[in-house]
Amino acid sequence: MTFLTYLTSGLGLGSVYAIIALGYTMVYGIAKMLNFAHGDVIMVGAYIAFYSTSSFGLPAWLSVIVAMAFCTLLGIIIERLAYKPLRGATSLAVLITAIGVSYFLQNAALLAWGSAPKVFTSLFAKIESFKFFDGQLVISPETIFTVLACIIIMLVLTFFTAKTKMGKSMRAVSEDNGAAQLMGINVNSTISMTFAIGSALAAVAGVLLCSSYPTLMPTTGAMPGIKAFTAAVFGGIGSIPGAMIGGLVLGIIEIFARAYVSTELSDAIVFGVLIIVLLVKPTGLLGKKIHEKV
Amino acid sequence: MKKNLKNKLKNMTSYRKKSVLAYSIVILAFIIITIFDTLGFVTNSLYGQLVPICVYISLAVSLNLVVGISGELSLGHAGFMSIGAFAGVIASTVLQESVVVAMPRLFIAILVGGIIAGIAGVLIGIPVLRLRGDYLAIVTLAFGEIIRNVLNCIYIGMDEAGLRIATSAEKLGLDPINGKMILNGPMGATGIQKLATFTSGFILVLFTLFIVQNLINSKQGRAIMATRDNRIAAESIGLNVTNFKLTAFVTSAALAGMAGALFALNYSTVAPVKFNFNTSILILVFVVLGGMGNIVGSIISAAILTILPEALREFSDYRMLIYAIVLILVMLATNNLTFRAFIDKYIGKITRFLRPKKRNPDFPQKEEV
Repeated sequence: MTFLTYLTSGLGLGSVYAIIALGYTMVYGIAKMLNFAHGDVIMVGAYIAFYSTSSFGLPAWLSVIVAMAFCTLLGIIIERLAYKPLRGATSLAVLITAIGVSYFLQNAALLAWGSAPKVFTSLFAKIESFKFFDGQLVISPETIFTVLACIIIMLVLTFFTAKTKMGKSMRAVSEDNGAAQLMGINVNSTISMTFAIGSALAAVAGVLLCSSYPTLMPTTGAMPGIKAFTAAVFGGIGSIPGAMIGGLVLGIIEIFARAYVSTELSDAIVFGVLIIVLLVKPTGLLGKKIHEKV
Repeated sequence: MKKNLKNKLKNMTSYRKKSVLAYSIVILAFIIITIFDTLGFVTNSLYGQLVPICVYISLAVSLNLVVGISGELSLGHAGFMSIGAFAGVIASTVLQESVVVAMPRLFIAILVGGIIAGIAGVLIGIPVLRLRGDYLAIVTLAFGEIIRNVLNCIYIGMDEAGLRIATSAEKLGLDPINGKMILNGPMGATGIQKLATFTSGFILVLFTLFIVQNLINSKQGRAIMATRDNRIAAESIGLNVTNFKLTAFVTSAALAGMAGALFALNYSTVAPVKFNFNTSILILVFVVLGGMGNIVGSIISAAILTILPEALREFSDYRMLIYAIVLILVMLATNNLTFRAFIDKYIGKITRFLRPKKRNPDFPQKEEV
C-alpha cells in the first residue's frame, strides 16, 4: 500500500513537472530558446493567486483565472521587451537574457512580496481526501486534481496544435521559421502566442505546485523550473507528449528516490537517470533525430 | 627605440597582441592595486573582494575555454569549482602539521584541487562530450547538481587514525578529543585556515592565462577551434574531435578546481550550497558579456561584475534588481545592430590595432541551423 501511496504522490508531482515542462518545450520548439525565466513565472503566478484569495477574498477558482491572465500578460511583455529584440541573435545571448529576466523576476518578487515564506492555502482545502481499501490508501484531492488538470491540458494542447489554425502555424514556425513566414504566417504573433500559452500554463502549475507544497517564496519556482526543464529534455525537447512522459517519470523517480533511497540524494538520482537516458538516447525519449546537413 | 617597439607591435599577430594585452592588464591592475593598498586607498570592502575577483577571473577564463573556444555550453562549472574547493581544504587541513609555512601549503592545496577536479573532468567529459548543443548543456547542469548533492552527504573527519569518510556525522566515529571535522555534509567545510592572499590570486590568474593562451595558440587549440567552427569538416580532415574537445574540457575543469581551492581557502567556512547552479550561471554571464572566446573580455567583465553588486550596496534592496536590468540591457545593446555600428565606428578606432589588417572575424559565432 505504501508503494501505491508513493506512486500517487509521484504522479501528482510529476503532473506539475509535466505542466511546467509543456511550457518549456513549446517555447523551445518555436523560439529555439531555453526560457530560464519560466520557473519564475510559476512563482509569480502562485503569488498572484495567493494575494487574490488572501487580500481580495476572491474564490479559489477565480484566483486561478486571475493568475493565468496576469502571467499570460507577463509572458507576452517579457517576450516583447527582452526576447523579441534578440531574434536572430546567438542562442547563448538569448539564454543569458533569459537568465537576466529570471533574476529580475525573483528580485522584483522579493521587493514586492518580501522574503518571508507565505503559507499557500490549497485550492482544494475544502475537499476531503479520497480513501481506498478501507483507508489504507489515501489520495489527497490535490493529487487527483493535479493529475486531472495535467491530462486535460495535454489533451487540449494536442487538439490545439493538431487542428486549429493557430496551432498549425505554431507547428509550421517550429519546423521552419523562414518557410512559414513565406507562407504568410505571422511569425511574431505566433511566437507571442506560444509565450502566452506557456505562461498561462506556468500560472496553473504554480497554483497546483503550491497547493501540494505550500511554502511560497521568491525562489519557489527555481528548482521545479530546472527539474521541469530536465523533464522536457528527458522526453525529447520540442515534443508535447515527450514533456508529459518526461514530467511524470521524473516526478515518480523523485518521490521513490526520496522514499526508498535517501532524501538528500533524491535530486542526484533524478539527474543521474536523466544523464543515463541521454547517453543511451541522445535526443531524449521521444526526440526526433535531426540529421546534420553538410 | 620607440619606433622599434611600434614595429614590433605591428609585426605581432593578432593573437600575440591579444595575449600581451591580457597579461599587461592583469599585471598593471595588480601593480596599481598594490600601490593603492600601501597608500591606504583600498577600502575594506574592496580588499575583501580582491581574492574573489581573482578567483572569478580564473573561472571565467577557464570557462571561456569550453564555451568560447571549444563552443560547448557548460552549465556545471561551479561543480568543478566545488570539487577543487573541498579537495583543497582537505589537503590544506591534512598538511597543517607537516607543512607549517602558509605559501607552500596553499600551493599544494591548489594543486591538489586542480588535479582532483581534472580527474572529475575526465570522468564527466568522456560521457558528456558525446552529446551536442542544448543536450550537452543540460547534462553539465545535471552533473553540477549531482556533485553538489553528493557533497551534501559526505562527512570527512581526521584524527590520529587518519582520514575518515562517512555518510553521516555519527557514522564517522571521530575521536572526540583529537578528532577534527573537515567536511560536515550540508554545513560544508568549517574552521578553514585562511591562506589565500591577493598575491596568490594574482599568480593564479597569470597561471590560468598562461595555460589558456598557450593552449589556444597551439596545434591542439587550432584543432579545437576548427572543431567548433565546423565539426564535420574537422572530422573529415582527420581530427579526433572528441579528444580535442576533451582536452579543452579537462583543462578548464582543472583550472576551475584550482580557482575553487583558492576560493575556499579565502573563507573560514564554505558550504556546498555556495557552488549551486546560480554560481555556474554567474560565471557563464561573465564569459558571454565579455565576449565568447575573448579572454581579455572575460577578465574585464569578471572583475567589473564581481565589484558591481558590492558597488551597488548603497541601493541595498534594489541592487540585484539593478544587476538584472543591467544584464538584460547589455545583452540587448550588444546584439543591437545600430549600437554595434556605433561601437565599431567610435570605439573601434581605439581597438583597431588589435585586429589583423585584413578584417576577418577572429571568432565567428556558430550558426545554429
